[in-house]
Amino acid sequence: MEFFHEVNVDWLGKKWYFLGFSLIFSISGLLSMFFWHGLPLGVDFQGGTLVYLKFEQTPQVDRIRQAADRAGLHNVKIQRFGRAADHEVIVSLPQRDTRESSLDSGRTTIVKTLQSNYSPHGASNSGKLDLDNATRESLAAFLTASDPLHIGNPTVEQVKYPQIAATILNFRDKDKGGLLDSISELQGRVDPAVIAALQQGAYLSGFTVRNVEIVGPQVGAQLRKQALLATLYSLAGMLVYLWFRFELIYGVAAVVAVFHDTLITLGAFSLSNRAITLTVIAAILTLIGYSMNDTIVVFDRIRENLRLVRRGSLSDIVNKSINQTLSRTVLTSGLTFLTVLCIFLFGGEVLNGFSFALVIGILIGTYSSIAVAAPMLVAYQDWRARRGKVAALPAAKRARTI
Amino acid sequence: MRNNLTGKTILIVAVLLVFVAGILGLPNGLSPAALKQAITDRIHLGLDLSGGTHLILQVMVQEAVGTTSDNDMARIQTDLQQAGATGATAVKPHPKSQPQVIKITGVPLDKENAVRSALDTHYATQYDIASSGENGYTLTMKPSVVTDIEQRALKQSIETIRDRIDRLGVNEPVIEEYGPGNYQILVELPGIDDPGRVKDVIQSTARLEIHEVLGGPYPDEQAALQANGGTLPPDGELVKSDDGSGTSGQYYLLRRVAVVAGSDFRDAQPSVDVNQRPDVSFILTRNGGDHFYQYTSSNIGKSMAIVLDNTVREVATIQGAIRDQGQISGGGFTKETAENLSLMLRTGALPASIHFLEERTVGPSLGADSIRAGVEAAAAGMIVVLLFMLVYYRGAGINADLALILNLIILLGFMGYTHATLTLPGIAGVILTIGMGVDSNVLIFERIREELRAGKSPSAAVEQGFAHAWLTIVDTHVTTIVSAAILFLFGTGPVKGFAVTLTFGLLANLFTAVFVSRVIFEANLNRKQRGEPISI
Repeated sequence: MEFFHEVNVDWLGKKWYFLGFSLIFSISGLLSMFFWHGLPLGVDFQGGTLVYLKFEQTPQVDRIRQAADRAGLHNVKIQRFGRAADHEVIVSLPQRDTRESSLDSGRTTIVKTLQSNYSPHGASNSGKLDLDNATRESLAAFLTASDPLHIGNPTVEQVKYPQIAATILNFRDKDKGGLLDSISELQGRVDPAVIAALQQGAYLSGFTVRNVEIVGPQVGAQLRKQALLATLYSLAGMLVYLWFRFELIYGVAAVVAVFHDTLITLGAFSLSNRAITLTVIAAILTLIGYSMNDTIVVFDRIRENLRLVRRGSLSDIVNKSINQTLSRTVLTSGLTFLTVLCIFLFGGEVLNGFSFALVIGILIGTYSSIAVAAPMLVAYQDWRARRGKVAALPAAKRARTI
Repeated sequence: MRNNLTGKTILIVAVLLVFVAGILGLPNGLSPAALKQAITDRIHLGLDLSGGTHLILQVMVQEAVGTTSDNDMARIQTDLQQAGATGATAVKPHPKSQPQVIKITGVPLDKENAVRSALDTHYATQYDIASSGENGYTLTMKPSVVTDIEQRALKQSIETIRDRIDRLGVNEPVIEEYGPGNYQILVELPGIDDPGRVKDVIQSTARLEIHEVLGGPYPDEQAALQANGGTLPPDGELVKSDDGSGTSGQYYLLRRVAVVAGSDFRDAQPSVDVNQRPDVSFILTRNGGDHFYQYTSSNIGKSMAIVLDNTVREVATIQGAIRDQGQISGGGFTKETAENLSLMLRTGALPASIHFLEERTVGPSLGADSIRAGVEAAAAGMIVVLLFMLVYYRGAGINADLALILNLIILLGFMGYTHATLTLPGIAGVILTIGMGVDSNVLIFERIREELRAGKSPSAAVEQGFAHAWLTIVDTHVTTIVSAAILFLFGTGPVKGFAVTLTFGLLANLFTAVFVSRVIFEANLNRKQRGEPISI
């Protein structure tokens, strides 16, 4: 099976289309960054509090907001996220509501208010244990205190009740996704006396905290700096390596192409208003390596052809090289794209931003090695020719073959 | 061209066995449950998959510098008296912003030489000493000494926090320096999704000190200033009182340098006072006890204050000489707070206070969902790639698929050997390795097809295909490893895991896609007649 056989496309002839295409994407991204959504930095870089909640029923954003308002949290942002069937919501507090002295006060307030103001029988449940948000410790303490099995003997009790608590919470978290439908669901898993005690002294608030991220303002600034430096060092590292392996101009062309990819990917984040988090930066750094891969494969072929073909203009050689490697480029990118698409579709909410960056980046990275990096070599040579310098592109250092 | 492949085949099988052993160790049987147990014993799940809490703490190390210079200041004051410079005083002009600077003023002209030589003999190793013109000197702690104190404060904080968390019974916590040079500590607590109590125990400096009371109580800071003629004495500080019962808010003027402090306490236990209310009793070390005995015996009738974390817990009149035992009462303790406090006193005080910079909690239900999603995505990605290679390259596809599977086994085996922590980005790294690992195969196969089209014999085409693709493969791998290395240097926990997975996956890929795949090709060619076409 073969997709490409003896392709013969004049890629460089289309350079103006490519330029237009790249400009449209870069500029729309930049416009969004400056005038529309800005650079939507996540809590990692900005500081603040994020509480991911999962509800039993469709969450009512207005009621959550009212509950938060009553607790004195006026700047909360509440967003639905994930699949609608999962009933999930992110509640975020801005940085100024996240004090370093008591970092998790925001989280505690949110959970407390929702327990008393949002859940169906909030007020009547005061003093009871919220089984949806109980920890192993608090559930074990509850059971020890109520002692439904009449163990009495504290040494036996110390082992028995924590075990029961672990069984209940394992069922809640692993089998039920964090929320119990009713306390009687536990039938057959624990002693009926325990269920009776829970029905008496515990209730289900209908929501659970899935994930909390709290970042103080100081760390945010530190991480911003680190992320920027990491990206720049990574680009510089590649430039130096290509300079060493090829020629400076190859390095410059490749780095410009990769920068172009990074810019467009960040632009896509701004346009779709997705938060840029630490893992997104990890994805972008991976992308830099990946897009560089693609470019190097084309450059390697150009270098090889420069030595083999003595006649013919540089554009012809570059075109030929792109065509020769096209099959590989499309196959590899296609397969990597498919695996990344699998993460995007099935990888769950936590990897969403990460895989989104890679999905966009792999498309753009493949495009840029053909449409940005290679034409830059030709443009550089044309520019040198106009200035009356030797017309030939530095034929690159001799490649060693084994 | 028949190559003898026995040696190479043995090598490949050996590598395969070694890394399978890396994944499984020595399982207690071959049932699925035993195998699963064997894997989870060797590859740990990161916090994002297992659920738990991740904290980043800032140690306020400059406080430790302040404590050291406070002690030195007190010694200097004594030395000044001994040198005969009676009117001279040592103060810290900016105790908060410049804790490392001590200023001496009012040295009489005729004592300058004696003072200077006393300073030089005792303090020149730790301080830069300069005359400041106005009959005095400025002592600035040397930067190397400051760094030393700060480093020690960080180390001691890590030890103390580890001790405290261990005693709370958290399983396999991680407590280590985070990002060198910033005096930050990373704490990871698997399985803890509501870190309330742990945080209280970590954060409480438990700095217990006993100070001499110079004046007070005053209702507020203004009154304290007025009572002392507008300015506080240079060696005094105002400390608020809080006896834990809620009726707080009085101020005491205390001598800044403590009579006994942190390291002078040897043991502490929860106990009850005369009214059967919970309190904490403590025992001093031998040195601390001697010092305390000296002080109490010469100050009978005066007041002393027990200060916990910069708050006056209790003020007592010295009834008689005390050597090494005491109690912190004053009410306000519950059984639990008394237990917490004695635990903290036993494990030692923190040398400086702690601020929380970052807190991430992953609930256990999210962790379970993430594993499921991550494994599903990895399996789906793997199947897509394996099928595609088979369809597109037919015979050679089997070759690529074997190489990919071996690649995965090596990667997981490596993680097993290093007891690596598998994080969610780490799973993504595995998936990406599969996607990128196929790149080397594609490069080689496309090249072989090209050579075949150019009319070369199958064995020559294979030879040439590998030779030409090799250079490109090295270049592409190096650049990706460069970006992974930078990720590793700058990244934090889960991102680091991703970088490690990616790097090792790429290295394994060099072996499988180039070496293993070539051996399979050659084995294939060996079985064929010369010139018989290969399936690619």
